[in-house]
Amino acid sequence: MGAGHGGTLVARYVPGSSAVHRLEPHLKLVSVLAFAVVVVSTPVHAPWAPVAYGGYLLAVLTAAAVAGVGPGRLARSLVVEVPFVAFAVLLPFVARGPQVEVLGLSVSQTGLAAGGGLLAKATLSILAATVLSATTEPRALLRGLERLRLPQALVQILMFMIRYADVVGGELQRMRVARESRGFRSGGLRGLRVMAATAGALFIRSYERGERVHLAMLSRGYTGRLPTGPAAVVDPRAWAVALTLPLAAAAVLLAGMLSG
Amino acid sequence: MLPGPPGRESLLQTVCNKVDDVHVPDGFLDVPTSVATGALAAGTVALALRKARTELDDRTAPLAGLTAAFVFAGQMMNFPLPGLPVSGHLIGAVLTAVLVGPWTAVLCMTVVLLVQAVLFADGGLTALGTNVFLMALLAVVVGYGLFRGLVAVLPRTRAGVLTATGIAAFASVPAAALTFVGLFEVGGTVDVPLGTVVAAMAGVHALIAIGEAAITVAVVGAVLAVRPDLVHGAAGLRRGVELQRRPTEPAGALR
Repeated sequence: MGAGHGGTLVARYVPGSSAVHRLEPHLKLVSVLAFAVVVVSTPVHAPWAPVAYGGYLLAVLTAAAVAGVGPGRLARSLVVEVPFVAFAVLLPFVARGPQVEVLGLSVSQTGLAAGGGLLAKATLSILAATVLSATTEPRALLRGLERLRLPQALVQILMFMIRYADVVGGELQRMRVARESRGFRSGGLRGLRVMAATAGALFIRSYERGERVHLAMLSRGYTGRLPTGPAAVVDPRAWAVALTLPLAAAAVLLAGMLSG
Repeated sequence: MLPGPPGRESLLQTVCNKVDDVHVPDGFLDVPTSVATGALAAGTVALALRKARTELDDRTAPLAGLTAAFVFAGQMMNFPLPGLPVSGHLIGAVLTAVLVGPWTAVLCMTVVLLVQAVLFADGGLTALGTNVFLMALLAVVVGYGLFRGLVAVLPRTRAGVLTATGIAAFASVPAAALTFVGLFEVGGTVDVPLGTVVAAMAGVHALIAIGEAAITVAVVGAVLAVRPDLVHGAAGLRRGVELQRRPTEPAGALR
């Protein structure tokens, strides 16, 4: 493994020592979740909604700046949103309700607000989640989830998945090199069959690797539980730092509600 | 992403992949709907954690983890689809259920969705329950239920199992998509005429479902050919080897 341990998954992590990096992982998880809840609960049709979105955006961009997450990284993370852009653009044309004229087109007013709202909410949550994944190692995230009382069995499955995702991915990559060095051209029924054989072999290899991992763990005294160190005591100040983002968002929401 | 050289092409590929692997983002459904689907998802995952032990006993954690890693990698593979200009890619709910059993499949899909939400910001955190409900729960329950039903009626052959797999994989995609439309109607944040959404979703997802079915059948077929013992859904095909009578020549006849 030339790329070292954990290629794809760890590639999401941007090393650093900012205040955000140093926060306990479960605090960051709570913070991002709370931020998403505030963003989601903003009423779409309120006249002040666009201003509120601007406020949230400012808050999350400030967090990104403090964490040292660059604009390129943030922009790339928005790729996941692409299908919803199409949906949001379509909404003003298909939604019911009173019509308004925009650029000579007659569109639904509620659809316009809703489409814009959907897009804004999804974007804001993705940005916040990107700051989280860029400042927290997968292993630390796992620790955070465990601390938030995710069932131990699920944590273990997650741990094995994160640990082996790159091993399995590397295997797939080597199969691709082997396939192409034998002159494989994608396409047609034959191509589907070759790719299916690849996926089938990948499944068998992954499953058998799972069996070997299990035996290796048994021989090291695995009893079904993984030992974890004592949980570190969290400084109240760390909570205060972590909750700055959702509290700022909540302040924006409250201000909007009071003014509206 | 995993396979393929980094650069412009892989970004384009990612975009294409995303189009047919849509996760519900934050703010798409209202709070009661999100909470209700989330509670349903949490309950089922808790049940699956217990039931998966009957499928995998104490090997649950490593085997489900490695299978989840396989699903994660498999979702990034691009399969050429004969006769179609686009390449398909796998969602994998029915594939996983047929290969390792439904309860383990629920856990694997849940874990994959969790990693995608937390590490890749793909699918909102507040919509995680909805995503698990649609893709880990509904797709597996509908798909595997249909698969079991069909296996019971169809002849107990390789072709029978593969037919059942194909139909189940095909049905799982529109089932999840139409349930999403239903959720959107109940708890959507926008007032859209139901017919429009159904038509749009049905058209696109029929195509995706054909791809999903073709890939699932091909992969299950490939595993059946090599290690039929690893296919949970084909346990009925396994037979004990009959003791064969092979009369030997008397020792003297060797000379």
